[in-house]
Amino acid sequence: MAVDRFPIEEGHVMMFARAIGDDNPIYHDREYAASTECEGIVAPPTFVQSSNQFDPDYTMRPRTGQAWFGSGRTPTGAGKDPRGGGRRLGGGLHAEQRFEYHRHPRVGDVLTATKRPGKAWEKQGRRSGKLLFRETITEYRDQNGELVVTATGVGVSTERPVDRD
Amino acid sequence: MALKAAGLRVGDTHTERLVEDLTRTQIVQYAGASGDFNPVHTDELFAREVAGYPTVFAHGMLTMGITGRMLTDYVGDGRLTKYGARFTSQVWPGDTLDATVTITAVGDNFVELAVSTVNQDGVEVLKATAEARVD
Repeated sequence: MAVDRFPIEEGHVMMFARAIGDDNPIYHDREYAASTECEGIVAPPTFVQSSNQFDPDYTMRPRTGQAWFGSGRTPTGAGKDPRGGGRRLGGGLHAEQRFEYHRHPRVGDVLTATKRPGKAWEKQGRRSGKLLFRETITEYRDQNGELVVTATGVGVSTERPVDRD
Repeated sequence: MALKAAGLRVGDTHTERLVEDLTRTQIVQYAGASGDFNPVHTDELFAREVAGYPTVFAHGMLTMGITGRMLTDYVGDGRLTKYGARFTSQVWPGDTLDATVTITAVGDNFVELAVSTVNQDGVEVLKATAEARVD
């Protein structure tokens, strides 16, 4: 999975800041932002996660003309046996997220994102067998190829679904 | 409004209310902005009847985002150099969250922080560390 073009857009930054309840003008007021040491609108610290919007293969977004596993006429559109769909689809639960900022993305930047696997380890869970932890490291680079943010996500998935019968 | 190293001491703390009575609408708003439309976060019927949860719950990244607001308010815009969080418990609609940041190290031009976000029952929902540039 990779994102070839992740434009840092003014409206997207504003909407993201609203969603996290942050009305700091650094995220929506160009004049104010230009007067600060940031010299323009910057992205909030967790914003790069929304690069998923620009990932053509992202599985947590409905696609036109394709069945979606959320509810419509029935509780799920995923078919007869949707068990585990919610918990396990997309590689399991998000356990941890780390960001290292080489600088903060600014409106006008056009980033790329490349992903590679990091460490993997196991723990014994009580109800669901082995818990498998996997790191994914995403490098966000700017239009000049310079590293902007390194993001490390840790997902956890279970060896078998938790028995709900 | 960035922090000055001279005024900081290891052990200093700062607590802030992040959100009171978290709404399903804010969770939906976060889904729209982040692009993460996993129905466990936005679809009550799916969350209860398919995934087996009592209701929808917040994205871990929403909790990390609103905790990040408190951090940037504290250290100044564009000053964070590292921010990492573990999602230790789920966050539900109706939850009220408070975050406390504690200074764990101070250098000439940096500060290291530990952050804990708790819900109205005192349960830690997020445990984080961060580093920032200071003047």
